[in-house]
Amino acid sequence: MSIRHGLLALLERGQMYGYQLRAAFEESTGSTWPLNIGQVYTTLSRLERDGLVRPLPESEAGQRPYEITDAGRADLALWFATPISRNDRPRDELAIKLALALTTPGVDVRSVVQAQRSATMRTLQELTRLKYGSDRPEDLPWRLVLDSMVFQAEAEVRWLDHCETSLVRHQPNRPTSPPPRPPDGGTSDGARWADEEARR
Amino acid sequence: MSGPDDAVLELRAVHRTHGAGPAAVHALRGVSLVVRPGELVAVMGPSGSGKSTLLALAGGLDRPTRGDVRVEGQLLGALDRRGLAQLRRRRIGYIFQQLNLLASLSALENVALPLELDGVGGRRARAAALAALTEVGLPALGDRFPDQLSGGQQQRVAIARALVGERRLVLADEPTGALDSQTGEAVLHLLRRRVDAGAAGILVTHEARYAGWADRVVFLRDGVLVDTTAPLGSVEQLLSGSDR
Repeated sequence: MSIRHGLLALLERGQMYGYQLRAAFEESTGSTWPLNIGQVYTTLSRLERDGLVRPLPESEAGQRPYEITDAGRADLALWFATPISRNDRPRDELAIKLALALTTPGVDVRSVVQAQRSATMRTLQELTRLKYGSDRPEDLPWRLVLDSMVFQAEAEVRWLDHCETSLVRHQPNRPTSPPPRPPDGGTSDGARWADEEARR
Repeated sequence: MSGPDDAVLELRAVHRTHGAGPAAVHALRGVSLVVRPGELVAVMGPSGSGKSTLLALAGGLDRPTRGDVRVEGQLLGALDRRGLAQLRRRRIGYIFQQLNLLASLSALENVALPLELDGVGGRRARAAALAALTEVGLPALGDRFPDQLSGGQQQRVAIARALVGERRLVLADEPTGALDSQTGEAVLHLLRRRVDAGAAGILVTHEARYAGWADRVVFLRDGVLVDTTAPLGSVEQLLSGSDR
């Protein structure tokens, strides 16, 4: 995403100026996605360049509201209608880190897994506490954003559990010194895993 | 920070071994854990890591091979069978994935049962049962029998039965097991509320999403506590980002 489409969606409610857009954006996503005013104005000027919004005359207070154009509406409708592709997201640094931990001499992979799991679990607790404290009907958009983050954190914990189980199964007595080179034509489990990660 | 004097549950260097000799299974190996009033602790870990053993020991359903278990300061190992049974009925509530509701009793009668078994008079037991059913949001369904209730409602009745009376320690073993995510959350809401009102709780779960409701999450592996999350700050601290 795109802050672009977020701003377009907000302008579909009616004309707004920069500070109003920032406030409305944060209201929709809670404190989970803070936005600075510079990002808002940079995005607005790009939207204007692409013909998706148009500036209106300044108010007496010197604020310039923007409104969405027909092209902007079409772009927004297309965004809502198009599923988000996971390929659009940046590579998962954690997966890469674990794959590298497996093949780097002297790294205790179990500790890496445990430290990450504790941290992710802690994040999950924080998200749950925020959710528990917001049960008014008008909190629903924020709760759904929090839920999304809760489910992602949960998936990460499950994956880390899976990694730990795989480590126990495949490397019961993993040395912490440099691993022996695999025989020609063969690969170690770690290297194979790294290959699979690289292909993802 | 208060000392373990006010602990509702204290496990000290607890071991539990099944069998003997080379075939012995060490379900728990030196586990220590303190749970205070107002605290919900989630226990996570792979199958066979000792989660259910820990819960059974905490609830006095099993005895440690070595080490001490105390509930509200009472050493469980020092109680005779009758004393232990009484403590379990009065002070400890159990929530299982298997609801174990009696089909021939109404919801209200199911909830009142532990009190009646404990010698509480019928009228008082029913009043307490109604209060517990109200706590779980089912004040009007006391006359229904289990087969006239949805799965989620049955789970609520089972929770009311676990909470009825003066239970200070609530032990939940995968209480969200067969429930959809909304109903599962409702169960955690109820558990959380009772803990916030001053009880202590242990939640065994393999689902991180539900463990997120706890104040502290401990991880068991091969019978050993390997890790624990730091205590949480308040919502205000979380929102201001000053909690770390």
